[in-house]
Amino acid sequence: MSLRTLAAIVALALVGSTCGRAEKGEVRVAAPTRYGFGRPATAAEVRAWDIDVMPDGTGLPPGSGAASQGAAIYARKCAACHGKTGTEGPFDRLVGREPRERFPFGRDPRLVKTIGNYWPYATTLYDYINRAMPLDAPGSLKPNEVYSLVAFLLSRNEIIADTAVMNAATLPRVVMPAHDRFVTDTRRGGPEIR
Amino acid sequence: MTDGPISRRALLAGAAGALGAQALERAGLPVPQDPTKVPGTPVSPLGQRSPFERPRRVPVGTGQGISLTPLQNLSGIVTPADLHFERHHAGVPAIDPQRYKLLIHGMVERPTMFDLEALKRFPSVSRLCFLECSGNGFPSYRDIRPDLTPQLVDGLTSTSEWTGVLLSTLFRDVGVKPGARWFLAEGEDAAVMARSIPLEKASDDAMIAYGQNGEALRPEQGYPARLLVPGWEGNANVKWIRRIEIADRPFMTREETSKYSDPLPDCTARLFSFAMDAKSVITFPAYPVTLPDKGWWEIEGLAWSGRGRVRRVDVSTDAGRHWAPAELQQPVLPKCHTRFRYLWTWDGGDTTLLSRAADETGYVQPTLDELRQARGRGTTYHFNHIRAWTVRRDGTVVFGLEG
Repeated sequence: MSLRTLAAIVALALVGSTCGRAEKGEVRVAAPTRYGFGRPATAAEVRAWDIDVMPDGTGLPPGSGAASQGAAIYARKCAACHGKTGTEGPFDRLVGREPRERFPFGRDPRLVKTIGNYWPYATTLYDYINRAMPLDAPGSLKPNEVYSLVAFLLSRNEIIADTAVMNAATLPRVVMPAHDRFVTDTRRGGPEIR
Repeated sequence: MTDGPISRRALLAGAAGALGAQALERAGLPVPQDPTKVPGTPVSPLGQRSPFERPRRVPVGTGQGISLTPLQNLSGIVTPADLHFERHHAGVPAIDPQRYKLLIHGMVERPTMFDLEALKRFPSVSRLCFLECSGNGFPSYRDIRPDLTPQLVDGLTSTSEWTGVLLSTLFRDVGVKPGARWFLAEGEDAAVMARSIPLEKASDDAMIAYGQNGEALRPEQGYPARLLVPGWEGNANVKWIRRIEIADRPFMTREETSKYSDPLPDCTARLFSFAMDAKSVITFPAYPVTLPDKGWWEIEGLAWSGRGRVRRVDVSTDAGRHWAPAELQQPVLPKCHTRFRYLWTWDGGDTTLLSRAADETGYVQPTLDELRQARGRGTTYHFNHIRAWTVRRDGTVVFGLEG
């Protein structure tokens, strides 16, 4: 409780306000609609932190890149963790379309999820690489570099052509192979096991 | 240690990683034969555990790793803050509380920047609740081995008393615009970890927490402030929170699509499976404990549900042929660890111990087969099926069903 609030309570008690009186000498103060703590955020502050990219492309910056440029950046900054072709590891496997026809990840524990067989949105690639990669220098990539890496990974996963240029207009239009496989949670408690 | 029968206390101490007096003396810590004959140590500004007690998390991996809570060493329902489990996506950031800021923007009337002082000036709330990684129990579903301890099976759950400001209070202050449905919660770690959360959770019980068990959050739990969404999978409780953006739809971040989604046997995958369903685990007797003799033993464990209170826990001491209600230790709080106890006379034969929790929604913890039926063998999160401990006639206890 702040001193100001305390003073207000004491003042109310002294004048014998009837507001919310529970017992003699006890007075309750109604909470305000707004406290007004904090300060207005400036547009520059919002811009500096507002890095997310949504499936419709909201948040994508100007810039562009293609797979050929991405390949060079990948070899330099990503291959050590994800393997020369995106399949070798040691960390997350990024490339792979199998199994193409079904989506049997629930049935088969041996399957490895990749961008090509599991990720539902292409924009998520931009968002994630930009915010968190590479692991030892997160947030260091310029928009053109991120677009190039996204193009490289999408083309290696046989989702876009090798020559396709990724930018704020083209990336949201890329439809991922797993896009239609995702459903909402139907668990609601109660006796049924879902 | 001699060859004769050893006490339960010694067994538990062994499991706790406690040290004997001789070991302490070798380490230069004198332990008098008779503590009543020498003055004790003076008062101090910061207490320490008894040097005999050495409970430890088990860390696995590095910056993107996990560290498991020693469930078998805990009593009651609260997890000491330094034993709270860890799961990070790019290590633990060092954040200066003087420079800390939380931005709330997007579909709001007043985009606002709060420093820690401003957050603390709002009316505060405290509540006990569990926090559980949605991958907790993975070995019990996909990698069953007899030499699993409660810590290795289920150590990615912990309970704390959390203190902070309700998100509904903050959102009323910034003025959420009509049409808003979701918000993005984003951390200040090197992964800038981000999750989309439905706005209803803010009206319900979500909070920005800055206190944990009576003190500031531990760095591993999000110092100086984190999102707390009680009962929901750990990953959604974004630590080191620095930004909340309110929107009319989810953001589809990498974590909530490619990682924390649940593949199902019908060849779909479930998105936004936030709630942690009811679950229980026996923490004593459990591997690596050996029961020295038959007779009276108190079976103990923890139960919890992300949908409310645990209503009952049943225990079976004969591999599921018969079940009997366990005693629930008060307090039984919603979305909180609940300790259960069951007095058992062991006849000295081979048997299997099981526990089964039910919550106030009528949900009953499923068997492994039931859960595999519903989710498939390849699913990767939310493993809340019944756990089994097999007691062999030589007194050893191992994880899983035998025979």
